[in-house]
Amino acid sequence: MARMKFLCDADRCIECNACVTACKNEHEVPWGINRRRVVTLNDGKPGERSVSMACMHCTDAPCAAVCPVNCFYTTADAVVLHSKDICIGCGYCFYACPFGAPQYPRVGNFGSRGKMDKCTYCSGGPEADFSTAEYEKYGSNRLAEGKLPLCAEMCSTKALLAGDGEMIAEIYKLRVIKRGYGSGAWGWKTAYRETVAI
Amino acid sequence: MRRATTFLSTLLLAVMLLAVPGAFGPAQAQNPIQADGQNPMGARPTADSVNEEFLFKQESKIRGRVSIPDGKAANLIQPQGREYQNFRERWLPWIGALTILGMLAALGAFFLFRGRIMMEHSQESGKKILRFNAFERFTHWMTAVCFIILSLSGLNYIFGKRLLMPLIGPEAFGAIAQWAKYSHVYLAWPFMLGVAFMFVLWIKDNIPNKVDWAWIKAGGGFIGKGHPHAARFNAGQKGVFWMVAGFGAAMAATGLMMLFPFALTDINGMQVMQVIHSVIGIVFIAGILAHIYIGTLGMEGAYDAMGSGKVDLAWARAHHDLWVEKEQARTASGPQLKGHPAPAE
Repeated sequence: MARMKFLCDADRCIECNACVTACKNEHEVPWGINRRRVVTLNDGKPGERSVSMACMHCTDAPCAAVCPVNCFYTTADAVVLHSKDICIGCGYCFYACPFGAPQYPRVGNFGSRGKMDKCTYCSGGPEADFSTAEYEKYGSNRLAEGKLPLCAEMCSTKALLAGDGEMIAEIYKLRVIKRGYGSGAWGWKTAYRETVAI
Repeated sequence: MRRATTFLSTLLLAVMLLAVPGAFGPAQAQNPIQADGQNPMGARPTADSVNEEFLFKQESKIRGRVSIPDGKAANLIQPQGREYQNFRERWLPWIGALTILGMLAALGAFFLFRGRIMMEHSQESGKKILRFNAFERFTHWMTAVCFIILSLSGLNYIFGKRLLMPLIGPEAFGAIAQWAKYSHVYLAWPFMLGVAFMFVLWIKDNIPNKVDWAWIKAGGGFIGKGHPHAARFNAGQKGVFWMVAGFGAAMAATGLMMLFPFALTDINGMQVMQVIHSVIGIVFIAGILAHIYIGTLGMEGAYDAMGSGKVDLAWARAHHDLWVEKEQARTASGPQLKGHPAPAE
């Protein structure tokens, strides 16, 4: 089985936010929830780079570890998913997540956040594939259709790569060799405890 | 030839473009990496961008700008989440289990060694004296009921998935945990109110003084014979009062931060609040276990103080002699000294 990962080539990302929009549209993500976002570093200064970030589907995922109700599970493709039926909206996963991925529909009413929502790597949730319940809670299930996450698929500069970790690392390495530079695989060290040697 | 000219002119243009910025900053041109790691005018402007390693040297987390209103989203990477994971999953269960089971073991050992501390009878036995009035008892029990539910629902955040979930399955546990969370969030308010009331009600009798020192030196009557002097509250009870006041305030402060997440602090602040709240919560539970023990099983006659509010005068004389003297002087003919001799069996 593949080990699915995301890799954002910050030297290609142009902060167009198409990945964000694609994600929102594909999964009918509610207002106020951002499963994916683009963060611009050194904004307006020399060396500025933008990184598209969502759930990195970590190895030994901190969210899954700290969850008091064990609502997370890892699929055979190493995608970290969760069950909204079990989630109690305590918010611990947000404190543990190095990437700010978990999102909550509400903040207020004494910290009642509602069920957590996050990037599913376009692979739904525990419900049956392509079921209405799955779509309503988690969005579409492209992985079950044999497709990769839409954010990466429609990235105009192919900055955002999704797929098997080794394959996308290889693509990135070749790019770096060809053009002679690369700012690295953002977040990989924290997420996977390894990075792409460049 | 034409192609060669085009090539040469392109090359010339490129050299000029590269050379002109260099004219403004010769030092930078010689050393494309500036002291701050940025390269505004280097030979290969796209090559020397910010990178993760460099940014982590400047700050413990990587922050940028986002175009959405959620300011928290501007944090790109905060590796402290891994440290929080480590504390919550590696350390906290052990801290919790050892502290609470350790306290239970200590209380069990004390019970085996010392047994139940029985009442010593005197001529005053059977007469009653009012120790806590209705409002004091109401405040105590409101706080106590909240505390017990808050403790159990709080421990559920740590131990529920380890102990309860394997027994009843994830769905049932999820439902229970959801209600536990609601109870934790809503009962926090009457608990905070109760702690505040108790603080106001009893602080005047809980200021430490010389009598307390003598009480501690005498072992509080737990060790050896005889009862050291004590006013309305002895040093041990004062300790419980100040523990409840101090820990209650700390739990309230950290808890409020979690009830209103990110209102006053950032992600790392939230992590610290969690750590403080959980560690103090565990020590608080252990402390209250000792309080429950001595107030019920550990000492005959003690429970009446919070049960009916009236304690046996002989018990009061033995444990709180200075308080009894004061009360009797104050209300020598008052209603609380009207003896209610124990009815004949």
